[in-house]
Amino acid sequence: MIALLLRDLRLAIRAGGGFGLGLAFFLIVVVLVPFGVGPETELLSRIAPGILWVASLLAALLSLDRIFALDYEDGSLALLATSPLPMEGAAMIKALAHWITTGLPLTLAAPALGFLLSLAPEAYVYLLISLLVGTPALSMIGTFGAALTVGLRRGGLLLSLLVLPLYVPTLIFGAEAVRRGAEGLDPTGALMLMGGITAGSFALLPFATAAVLRINLR
Amino acid sequence: MLTVENLTCARGGVPVLTEVSFAVEAGRALILRGPNGIGKTTLLRTLAGLQPATDGTVRFPEDEGAYASHADGIKTALTVTENLKFWADVHAADLPDEILKTFDLADLRDRLGGTLSAGQKRRLGLARLGVIGRKVLFLDEPTVSLDAFSVRMFADWLQNTHLAAGGVAVIATHIDMGLDAPELDLTPFKAADDAGGGSDEAFL
Amino acid sequence: MSMWEYANPKRFMGWTRPVLPWTFGLAGVCLLVGLIWGFFFTPDDFRQGSTVKIIYLHVPSALMAINAWIMMLVASLIWVVRRHHVSALAARAAAPVGVVFTLIALFTGGIWGQPMWGTYWAWDPRLTSFLILFLFYLGYIALWEAIEDPDTAADLTSVLCMVGSVFAILSRYAVLFWNQGLHQGASLSLDKEENVADVFWFPLLVCIAGFVLLFIALVLMRTRTEIRARRIRALEARARRA
Repeated sequence: MIALLLRDLRLAIRAGGGFGLGLAFFLIVVVLVPFGVGPETELLSRIAPGILWVASLLAALLSLDRIFALDYEDGSLALLATSPLPMEGAAMIKALAHWITTGLPLTLAAPALGFLLSLAPEAYVYLLISLLVGTPALSMIGTFGAALTVGLRRGGLLLSLLVLPLYVPTLIFGAEAVRRGAEGLDPTGALMLMGGITAGSFALLPFATAAVLRINLR
Repeated sequence: MLTVENLTCARGGVPVLTEVSFAVEAGRALILRGPNGIGKTTLLRTLAGLQPATDGTVRFPEDEGAYASHADGIKTALTVTENLKFWADVHAADLPDEILKTFDLADLRDRLGGTLSAGQKRRLGLARLGVIGRKVLFLDEPTVSLDAFSVRMFADWLQNTHLAAGGVAVIATHIDMGLDAPELDLTPFKAADDAGGGSDEAFL
Repeated sequence: MSMWEYANPKRFMGWTRPVLPWTFGLAGVCLLVGLIWGFFFTPDDFRQGSTVKIIYLHVPSALMAINAWIMMLVASLIWVVRRHHVSALAARAAAPVGVVFTLIALFTGGIWGQPMWGTYWAWDPRLTSFLILFLFYLGYIALWEAIEDPDTAADLTSVLCMVGSVFAILSRYAVLFWNQGLHQGASLSLDKEENVADVFWFPLLVCIAGFVLLFIALVLMRTRTEIRARRIRALEARARRA
């Protein structure tokens, strides 16, 4: 399992764009928002939690179709299916690799971008925590979506259509935690619920993902 | 070591081969013959467990099967050694240096997968079989894009290393690899036009 | 004989043929009676005036929007466990019907909301949940359409339906957490005290029965179409091989 994780990370670094693209997209979305809604600091500061969460969600979405597509095309996925590595484990590792190359950098970059949107100072710590707890769920749910569409020639748009509704609860709890933090309310409830979604996703979705991969490999 | 009984397999929900039965003893190989489209690939994928059989049984020791097709699973951004090391790690096996020599990859060991020629990629894909140490090999056209020398090299490895150690191989190929192995012509097993077992059968 | 025998495509075509016109007829009668009774022979609400009468469309369609998804979930489970083709095709047939009910619920909700809340749309938990349900339906239908092999499509959409159901319920609670909302409580509950008054309640029941029957009739009809399409496919495949 570690071999698969290391290979995926190495591929992400070598192929270029693994880390960079998502981050650049995140930056651009956040920079574009003030052009759209106007430069008033007060308004920006109020919508900052939502913008940061939506932007990181979209950035994570961007690289989902690469999770399985390349392995499917070059045959590695079929070879993995006949290897001693259980498909469920492979699915979880794939999600983890996606998180390390996408979710983690986004989480680390988010505070800097929060600064651009004049996020309330109290909210920074909750922004970090909520992204740290929530983005793994985005990766795992996205991995499931990627497995569903892996055999399709133009699966990218369909993948977004399938995955975005599944992202709703995570987005709501994540943005809510940051907003409550910014307003000086207690965000632990939202954080706990989001942690529950992340834990539940990692407990159950690998099985669904593996089942779907086996169907798609038939 | 490998026993196949009354196997029926389907492609796209349509039965292609029916009632295939054969057995391969340890240390032996079997060559599958038949015209294009007869179902050699479908049969091999079914044997390897990648797709379910419509009917019949396939028996071989658990966790001993390996499948190889034209898609080698080679990562273009990894070197030859890294590609092999990955599969060795997944199978909890070592990566001995002799394998690189056997498959004539020693000089290429630090080249990226993407810079290899088609034949070199093929050799790398076949070298994977030498690394993972599985006993029952299902090979789909293993010699495609190999030159005569490499074909002989691979046949040598199969005969003198894999089969000699008690392994088994089922090979679909159109050329004469020079192996001492019986051939199985699949033409008699071709599914009749009205063969049952297709996924659409309930609708007819 | 086991009840599953009726799920054989040929038998299904046989027994649905006489049942279908009756279901459509009964649905039409119920809807006609319920809607006319509701629209013209019930008093105006003392608070909401005549606008309240839209419940005869709004409530049944909202109920059926959810029930259609539940039916798809059950049919998907049956496909996964017992691999009855008709079950998978019925799930596929129900999805577009469910989408239309969801849209009717959303539109009638907007029309009702305008005079009551002064806005066609508010990000109220209930409205939002239906919007999310609509997105789930879209994804489900799109996945069916995208996959060529019918059995693979049935397998994948079944898994999506199951996973989607879990996330739809999660979304429902998340949305409640997010916004407490304007929407009144459920109009129907088993607790008699909270129900709408009897004069509104009986025509509403008739309307709901009409919507249920209409849903069954539409799904049966669409399933029959899907079975015919599969049969054509199978015959074509056979003709190609011969």
